[in-house]
Amino acid sequence: MKLDSMYQEVILDHYKHPHGRGLRDGDAEVHHVNPTCGDEITLRVKYDGATIADVSYEGQGCSISQASASVLNDLLVGKELTEAQKIQATFLELMQSKGQIEPDDAMEEVLEDAVAFAGVSKYPARVKCALLSWMAWKDATAQALGDGAERKTA
Amino acid sequence: MTQLPGLLDTEAIRKDFPLLDRVVHDGKKIVYLDNAATSQKPRQVLDALNAYYEQSNANVHRGVHVLAEEATALYEGARDKVAAFINAPSRDEVIFTKNASESLNLVANMLGWADEPYRVDAETEIVITEMEHHSNIVPWQLLSQRTGAKLKWFGITDDGRLDLSNIDEIITEKTKIVSFTLVSNIMGTINPVDTIIRRAQEVGALVCIDASQAAPHMALDVQALQADFVAFTGHKMAGPTGIGVLWGRQELLEDLPPFLGGGEMIETVSMSSSTYAPAPHKFEAGTPPIAQAVGLGAAVDYLTAIGMDKIAAHEHAITEYAVKRLSEVEGLRIIGPTTAEDRGATISFVLGDIHPHDVGQVLDELGIAVRVGHHCARPVCLRYGIPATTRASFYLYSTPAEVDALVEGLEHVRNFFG
Repeated sequence: MKLDSMYQEVILDHYKHPHGRGLRDGDAEVHHVNPTCGDEITLRVKYDGATIADVSYEGQGCSISQASASVLNDLLVGKELTEAQKIQATFLELMQSKGQIEPDDAMEEVLEDAVAFAGVSKYPARVKCALLSWMAWKDATAQALGDGAERKTA
Repeated sequence: MTQLPGLLDTEAIRKDFPLLDRVVHDGKKIVYLDNAATSQKPRQVLDALNAYYEQSNANVHRGVHVLAEEATALYEGARDKVAAFINAPSRDEVIFTKNASESLNLVANMLGWADEPYRVDAETEIVITEMEHHSNIVPWQLLSQRTGAKLKWFGITDDGRLDLSNIDEIITEKTKIVSFTLVSNIMGTINPVDTIIRRAQEVGALVCIDASQAAPHMALDVQALQADFVAFTGHKMAGPTGIGVLWGRQELLEDLPPFLGGGEMIETVSMSSSTYAPAPHKFEAGTPPIAQAVGLGAAVDYLTAIGMDKIAAHEHAITEYAVKRLSEVEGLRIIGPTTAEDRGATISFVLGDIHPHDVGQVLDELGIAVRVGHHCARPVCLRYGIPATTRASFYLYSTPAEVDALVEGLEHVRNFFG
């Protein structure tokens, strides 16, 4: 069934057992909403120099938005900012591909579990769900680190 | 096939709606349960649109050529049809807009720019309800912000009804306008118009009714309602998009100032000032949605031929059946009235902790079209502590078999995320 391409096992796993969920100490906090459907996320980032010490979050929303936040936590915590930005940019590229990108080994190496979202990119109404936490992270990082980070992530 | 008393001959009716034969996702026939968002259109309406463009297209109210006269007669004929449909005392009380949102914004702006005794200002109050569609919230918030008038709200009860227990404190001598929905677009609740209007009349407040979810589904009689303004939209009642209606009492339309200025709405224009055409033209600046009005006229003819009371009875039977079948689904909670009494055929629900987005996605794969989200009525979701709902909404062509398909689909959703 076509639905299985969206609801990959790995996505449903993250949805049912989210990683790093809950709000912890952070340098900046943002609240993002998906106004068309009511998905919400509150997200905090904690930096240790240029290293992401923590990304904590709380939210309500569909399986795609919640699983995406869990995958983000897995992927970004412990990374250097520049590497995290590369992951974010790659994820954005995949999600905006309208199902045209078949992730190759190089992409899979960067995105790990997040390649499972490739199927979601075929559903325009759901792309926003998948990107919600990633946009929140980008925003929170800009706030935590100031304009320098904003310019680099833009 | 399930037979229920009061059902229309849907087999015949469905033949009028070409879209209902649409097949989606590898051979699944569409089950269209998103009628509160927009209805499908019968061939009679599509033919009227085509015939207008192919035979009579011209601008209205200007020009002496035959096409201009035909177009004007068709456009004004649509106004006659709508006036009769809502039992308006005069055709001049029917203003064409582009949708119900524009109709409601028009009322808010008339009152914002009006002189006494209608003027809304810092000393006065506006009353709406927590149950409103955003289109009957935001225009009043804007008016409140711009004039300093206080915006007051009726709350809603746990079972999805308006809480009128404090009506005398909410509607007071300071109230200038009370605006509320006749039928909730998210919960289907039919509101007690009489009680609210009686209190509004006691204090001399105007009453505006959002009938967007009522006009398609029940006989609408603006004289019986006794409101001052009634707004609705064409596309939810088998008509095209881009055409809405504002009905207003004649003396109000005479007294109140225009909002949009332009061609068509004037009497004379000079460089120093202008005078205005009488209503309804005073409120219809610019080239109106002519084809869309003609299409709405055809929709009104179509619905009238079937009979609004029969349509209401059909939907009541479907609602009763749907409420019963949905309550059999494990973990399903209806948001709003849980019986078919005083409610329309729009049913919102949550299914366990499965997010409505996920519910809607799986149903779509089965060919079932429902709406998910906050339905432009976010205060209702906040009131019940939920982020969103899944909403199934029915119309004159909906069948018990489609209710069954929805219920089976929801079982499938539960298994998928179980």
